[in-house]
Formats: sequence, C-alpha cells, structure tokens
Amino acid sequence: MQQYFHSVRLDEEKCRGCTNCIKHCPTEAIRVRKGRACIIEERCIDCGECIRVCPNQAKLAITDSLEKLKDFKYTIALPAPSFYGQFKPEHTPARVLSALLALGFDDVFEVALAAEAVSWAIRHYLEVYPDRPRPLISSACPAVVRLIQVRFPSLLEHIIPIESPMEIAGRMAREQACRKTGLEPGEIGTFFITPCPAKVTEVKQPSEGRSSVDGAISMAVVYGALLKRLEMPVTNPVAPRASGVGIGWGRAGGENEAIKTGSLLAVDGIHSVISVLDEIERGGLADIDYLEAQACTGGCIGGPLVPQNPFVARVRMGNLVKRHRSREKWAYPRELDYYRLKTPIPARPALTLASDPRVALARLEEAERICAELPGLDCGSCGSPSCRALAEDIVQGYARRSYCIFELRERLQQLAEEMVELAQKQPPAMGRDWKQARDGGGEAD
Amino acid sequence: MKFQVQGMDFSRAGQAATKIKKALQLAGMDPATTRKAIIIAYEAEMNIVIHACHGSLTANITPHKVEIIAEDEGPGIPDIPLAMQEGYSTAPPHIREMGFGAGMGLPNIKKSADELDIRSEVNKGTRLWAVVFNN
Repeated sequence: MQQYFHSVRLDEEKCRGCTNCIKHCPTEAIRVRKGRACIIEERCIDCGECIRVCPNQAKLAITDSLEKLKDFKYTIALPAPSFYGQFKPEHTPARVLSALLALGFDDVFEVALAAEAVSWAIRHYLEVYPDRPRPLISSACPAVVRLIQVRFPSLLEHIIPIESPMEIAGRMAREQACRKTGLEPGEIGTFFITPCPAKVTEVKQPSEGRSSVDGAISMAVVYGALLKRLEMPVTNPVAPRASGVGIGWGRAGGENEAIKTGSLLAVDGIHSVISVLDEIERGGLADIDYLEAQACTGGCIGGPLVPQNPFVARVRMGNLVKRHRSREKWAYPRELDYYRLKTPIPARPALTLASDPRVALARLEEAERICAELPGLDCGSCGSPSCRALAEDIVQGYARRSYCIFELRERLQQLAEEMVELAQKQPPAMGRDWKQARDGGGEAD
Repeated sequence: MKFQVQGMDFSRAGQAATKIKKALQLAGMDPATTRKAIIIAYEAEMNIVIHACHGSLTANITPHKVEIIAEDEGPGIPDIPLAMQEGYSTAPPHIREMGFGAGMGLPNIKKSADELDIRSEVNKGTRLWAVVFNN
C-alpha cells in the first residue's frame, strides 16, 4: 500500500464532526467517524477546499518552517507569481524581494521569471505537436493534475508534458547558484513561497519523479514578518527580473495571456474545472488548443494560504503586469527538452469499488439497490457526503446501513410498534384481573 | 442499467451518459474503455434528444466489454451511410443555434466503438448497438 503524503491535515481538537467539508470535497475524500473528519488518503488531492470551508478552522496545511533553511549551505527563495500582489503598491517588488532576503535566504529567484520561459515552452510545444489530443491541459496546478489522476484518468494524455514554473524555477535557481558559489547541488536549498497546500504536496511527493524544490513555506506564515520588515527603510533593494508576462500567471487567465497563440480557455475554481473536464471527457471542446485550469477561484491569488483578499490581489496584479510590461528578454533555454516532464503521470484509480472488475460490478449492482432504498436526503449525518456515497461505502465495508439515522429511526419506530402490539396480546391463562382472584381466594403474598 | 431519455429535453440531456460514466468508474473499467464508452453513450443520448420523440439508453457492463444500446421512437434515419459522414446533419436550425447538431455524433460513435450496428425505420425509430472491448 503506497504511503501518501498529504499537506492537508485535521486538527482533531477543533473538529466538531459537522458536514461542511465532506460535502464540498471534489473527490468525496472525507468521512465523519467517531465525531471527527477522516480524510481517505487515496482520494485526497490536497486542493484545500476543506480548509476554505471549515467553520471551525480545523483543517490546516502542513508547510515547512524557516528552520529548514539551516539544513542547507546556500538557500534560495522562490516566490510564487501571486506573491507581489499581496503587498501595497508602495511596497514595490524590489522592496518585497529585499524583505524576503532578510528572512534568512541567501538569494531569490522569482518563479514568475521561470513562468516566462515555460510560456515559451508551451507555445512552442503547441506549434511543434499539432496532433496531440486537444485540448492540452496545463500542468501548472498540482491539485488539477491530481484531480485528473484520481477522477479523470482517461484525460492524463491531455496534460501537456511540460514542467510547472515552480519546478523550472527550482532547477534554474540551483544551476545558477552552483555556478555562482561552486557548491554541490545537494548543498543548495530551494524554497517555494507557496499560496497553497497542493504545491507543498507536490514538493514532498510529486506526481512523478523528484522535485527540484527542497521545501515549501506558506505565504501566510511569513507575511507578518515581511510586513514588519517592510516598515523599515530598505537597505539593499533587489532588482526584480520578472516581467508582466510571468507575474500574470498568478491570477486566472494569466497563463493564457502569456501563451497568446491558439484558441485558449481558462477555467478557475475546482467545481468549474470538474465540469469542463467532464465536457472534455465526453469528446467536447476538441476545437480548443489549450486549457488553463486552476483549482482555486481567481487563480493562485485565491489560494488557501494566501494572506491578502483575492480581489484586492487581482487588481494589484493587473497594475503590476501593466507596469512591468517592457523588460529586456532574458536568455532562457530554448530547447523543449529542458522543460519536458521526465516520466508520464500515472493514474491513481481510487474511485473503484474493488480492484477486481467482477467484484466491482457485483458491488455496483448492490450499491444501486441500497441507494434506491435509502431516504435520498443527502443530509450527511451518516458521515458520508450523500446517500449514494453511503451506498458505495456500505458495499466496500466502510460503513453500515445503521449509520443512516433516518433508517435507524424507522427501525426504532417499527420495534416500538411491535412492542405495543406484543404488549396488547393476552395469553389464554390471563383474562381475569389476577389480583382480584388472589385476594378473593388465598393469602396475600 | 437502463435510462429513459426524453426528446427535446435539453435540461437533462447528457445525464444518462453521466450516470453511465460514474458506473464505469466505480466498476474500475480501463480508462481508455471508459472514455470511448462515454463518448458513445453521450452522442447516442444527444441524438435521441435532438431528433427523436423519446427513447432509452442502456448500458450492459461486464469485465470484458461495455455494450451501449440506444433505442428511440422518432423519424428514423433514411440513409444511414449518409448520416455517418462527418459534418452531415439533419438537425433543425434552432438546434444548431444552440450549438448542437454539428454532424459529428455518428462519426464520433463510429471512431470510438469496436463494433457498431444501426438499424432504422423511417417514421418509426432507430436502434443503435455499440460495443467497446476492455483490453
């Protein structure tokens, strides 16, 4: 059984066992057991919807702390493209980068810079391979990639085999640092400043191969320290190298804007992504060349670990993109092989009722039968997201019929009625009031 | 599993195919097989909605194959080979305005099915039988 790493975790103390997260999970990966939420590891895609929707702040993301920097001789911060939009316009990218260095990093490499290179790679791939299945789907959002692995494995061949900007940034940053310092690659630590838990899991347990990034630090966690630092005068502003093309990747639609050529569609929000993927699976949207798909509404600026309001961030991103429009082109590698995914992304079939198709089919029929008998209220009280999900859980042995409180109540009512009926029945030996018979005849007890 | 499909009901068009897809996923069918079966089921269902009065969509799932049967009562197909041509469509204008009826339904089914049989009688109805084998 493969061990899964998930950055999304539960704080058991805070969890009340309510039904919010189980109902919003896009892969139906959560159940309530013994009054607490439990995440089914094989199904979880680390999208962070449950973090967003939990009213008790019981869901959280595990991220690396700044302590991890001590494991390396030379450390490089990789801020996500959504990073600049977190700060007021007065805190220009140059000042923000310098504040980031002050946290303890030796250097900084903007992921937005790598995004420019990846935009070229995608555009080039679309031109060189017109026969690949259409639409090709972006590989940038790890939650979407994992969603496809789990729920849409027939669309794996649609994912463009190009690494995400985060991975390319890690690779480029390390190469640059090795040249500059002469250190071994293993002595250099690259840290992604992340807007979401999906990227954390991508770093710790990538969909394929090994990550070029060594750690992931939550944006929300460093935000306070950065703001404090920004209040002080900046001693060494760091010149940002990324242009609007790369920075725009942080918001929905930005990736497509950077690619420009071909017929492009952008979709954001995990449930919208699911409906578009459903359409593609049916054979639709084949006239679209490329699909940008973000699990978070608004794009990465809407991520669960992002400190700033996504609407505010979107406006700031727009202004930054406009302001940094013209920047001299930097010499990134122009061979497609530099950006290619090394191994194909495997399927994660976690939604089957059994590994043996014969057993699975028998269970399917059984589940249909049970589902038809259940109340169909989808209340969630049984701990499963819907009556249908409960039926599927029952046939796999994860739940019992008695979990359904409506059925339980019905059975109790039936039993109560039976009891009343039994109580009214009189055996032939009874019929006279026995007390009367006793007092009239013999002695009292 | 069998589903009833109502002609001209666009609000529910595709729902039977979606349920078949879910069943195939739960049964653990090979993803490539699932994809082909979904395309066949969806296009067949859409054909009933666009052209027929009403009909049914049936899926017989076994570990070795998926069988899709679409039967309807409706105008029927006068010239089946002609209908199989890409781009040929008899969908009325108001359907095409909705974005359906591009003339790709039957050709797409043909591309996805391992075996295909279509029988039709004009002014009576059509029966489409398709099989995808699970490798």
